[in-house]
Amino acid sequence: MPSTPAPEVLRAPLVVEFPFTRSLGPVQSAFLTGLRERTVLGVKTSGGRVLVPPVEYDPETAEEIRDLVEVEATGTVTTWAWNPEPRPAQPLTTPFAWVMVRLDGADTALLHALDAPGPDAVRTGMRVRVRWAAERTGAITDIACFEPHDGAAGPDHDGAPHHSGEFADPVTRVVAPARLDYTYTPGRAQARFINALAGQRITGERCPSCRKVYVPPRGACPTCGVATSEQVEVGPRGTVTTYCIVNIKAKNLDIEVPYVYAHIALDGADLALHARIGGIPYDQVRMGLRVEPVWSEGGRHPDHYRPTGEPDADYDTYKELL
Amino acid sequence: MRDVAIVAFSQTDHRRSTEELSEVEMLMPVLHEVLEQTGLRTGDIGFTCSGSSDYLAGRAFSFTMALDGVGAWPPISESHVEMDGAWALYEAWVKLLTGEADTALVYSYGKSSPGPVRDVLTRQLDPYYLAPLWPDSVALAALQAQALIDAGEADEPALAAIAARSRSDAAGNPHAQLRGPRDQGEYLVRPLRTGDCPPIGDGAAGVVLAAGDKARELCERPAWIRGMDHRIEAHSLGVRDLTDSPSTRLAAERAGAFERPVDTAELHAPFTSQEVVLRKALDLDERVRVNPSGGALAANPVMAAGLIRLGEAAAAVHRGESERALAHATSGPCLQQNLVAVLEGEPHVG
Ligand SMILES: [Zn+2]
Repeated sequence: MPSTPAPEVLRAPLVVEFPFTRSLGPVQSAFLTGLRERTVLGVKTSGGRVLVPPVEYDPETAEEIRDLVEVEATGTVTTWAWNPEPRPAQPLTTPFAWVMVRLDGADTALLHALDAPGPDAVRTGMRVRVRWAAERTGAITDIACFEPHDGAAGPDHDGAPHHSGEFADPVTRVVAPARLDYTYTPGRAQARFINALAGQRITGERCPSCRKVYVPPRGACPTCGVATSEQVEVGPRGTVTTYCIVNIKAKNLDIEVPYVYAHIALDGADLALHARIGGIPYDQVRMGLRVEPVWSEGGRHPDHYRPTGEPDADYDTYKELL
Repeated sequence: MRDVAIVAFSQTDHRRSTEELSEVEMLMPVLHEVLEQTGLRTGDIGFTCSGSSDYLAGRAFSFTMALDGVGAWPPISESHVEMDGAWALYEAWVKLLTGEADTALVYSYGKSSPGPVRDVLTRQLDPYYLAPLWPDSVALAALQAQALIDAGEADEPALAAIAARSRSDAAGNPHAQLRGPRDQGEYLVRPLRTGDCPPIGDGAAGVVLAAGDKARELCERPAWIRGMDHRIEAHSLGVRDLTDSPSTRLAAERAGAFERPVDTAELHAPFTSQEVVLRKALDLDERVRVNPSGGALAANPVMAAGLIRLGEAAAAVHRGESERALAHATSGPCLQQNLVAVLEGEPHVG
């Protein structure tokens, strides 16, 4: 049945991955190394409170704290939440409870997961103990999770014993890997630009106020702050306005160095775009060089630009676009 | 110190997805509308400040793209906070108080639709003890809700009543994403059901501030900022009493909220349980109209929802529906950071 299709929304997966390496201070280093050795450490404030997990500064007084003590691997749930559908990278893949646990000997609670058969098996005040990960590296995940524990809390744990915090081969840094999966959609202006490229046409958009033509268009004139919508075909030929010579090979890029990356003012555009220059020795590229796009087979954008053979453009014709 | 007021406010219709629009395309109508209310053009604005987050967009320096929408051409005086726009408004307020500008444009926007926002927000957590466990935003709010239930300060029917009141009030808000009564639904993370949680969506908001006579010139009944302050809780969740919000109370005290009663409060409580915590911290009783807009339970564009609370409170003053309104914004897990502002209309004469 013929009908006008809605404009196609372009979509592409966008994966952001960043393995941050973070150095640890003396307190965090002792705590995380301790976990590797199945020892749970806290810090004692000058007021006598034991904080687990430990921090380097007293949250109440901002006083520096270094007084390490050892607490038990058993504790009491102070609050909880049943998680019926674990999300990727959470501690357990089967339904579990998030719990805040005050370990015996500590005055504050630690967040982790509790392995329990169902929400009816969890309550505030229940007793739990650490389940250690089989392989431990000095990270919070060395605690695989908590599990129910039938022992009562000790009498009073004011006497959490002092601990030097010294271990052989201490952990001094953690790597925090993270991956987030997005779906990128470019919006109206860029979608129009990309769709035109598929037909080997380069289009810009004209500002209704200052009449400048922007390429690639982003939907707004950055000078006037108004929407652009009038489509204007620009190029295909253009002028090199400025350039640089790239001498270091980028990862996953099979272009031989040195090569030239340039700003190119396409004919009819009021903004230069950037692209690689080919078809000419790198040391012969110059300001004013006239170039044209070279499309690769099936490519959705010009692979590079090459000289047209025309005489160089006069400086006055592109000086406003530098 | 000179007086500064909110003189205009606009927002998008908040939607589950605006995938056909880029951020600047979503934002631009809001900017144009808020400027039109005052008759100002971008070039007339003394200071521009915005709030947004790269983690929502999944791109570094993503706010620079949105800057195209305000004509960010030298010599613009411009700043950005990687936070909710409420904090951008705070920065603009300080700028106007110091006399460095007479008018300011504040805007913020967030598209939650491109990424898994519950997971994305875990990246703002402590990277040593929390982030490696990926506790998502709903899970952390659920821990707080259970703490309230254990303390006898709420139960599931009370939370459901907050959800119902918010969505019913939102029926009168044409911009809201969830409008009118809805089912409480299944547990998302127990004890929180779908109805206790905010919708995930995209949206943007803009506000214009002006000082002294300029404000009177631009707006018939400016919403004067009588005080504004923001405070933060201890970083570690386990050292906090999750049933209370001392930082909100302190910010409110410094903003002058307790000097006289307010008649309206726009609270940034994305989860029903957080309204319970905030009402207690702010000492609000049933005489105060809380979230007549529907609040964040009806529309929660991340990074804009707090600014919208300030805008909605100001708009109530502009319309003459409120004499003295409180606006609150939050950021971070379990009400980690809190901002409170007190807005007043000019006293009625005669
Ligand atoms: Zn223009």
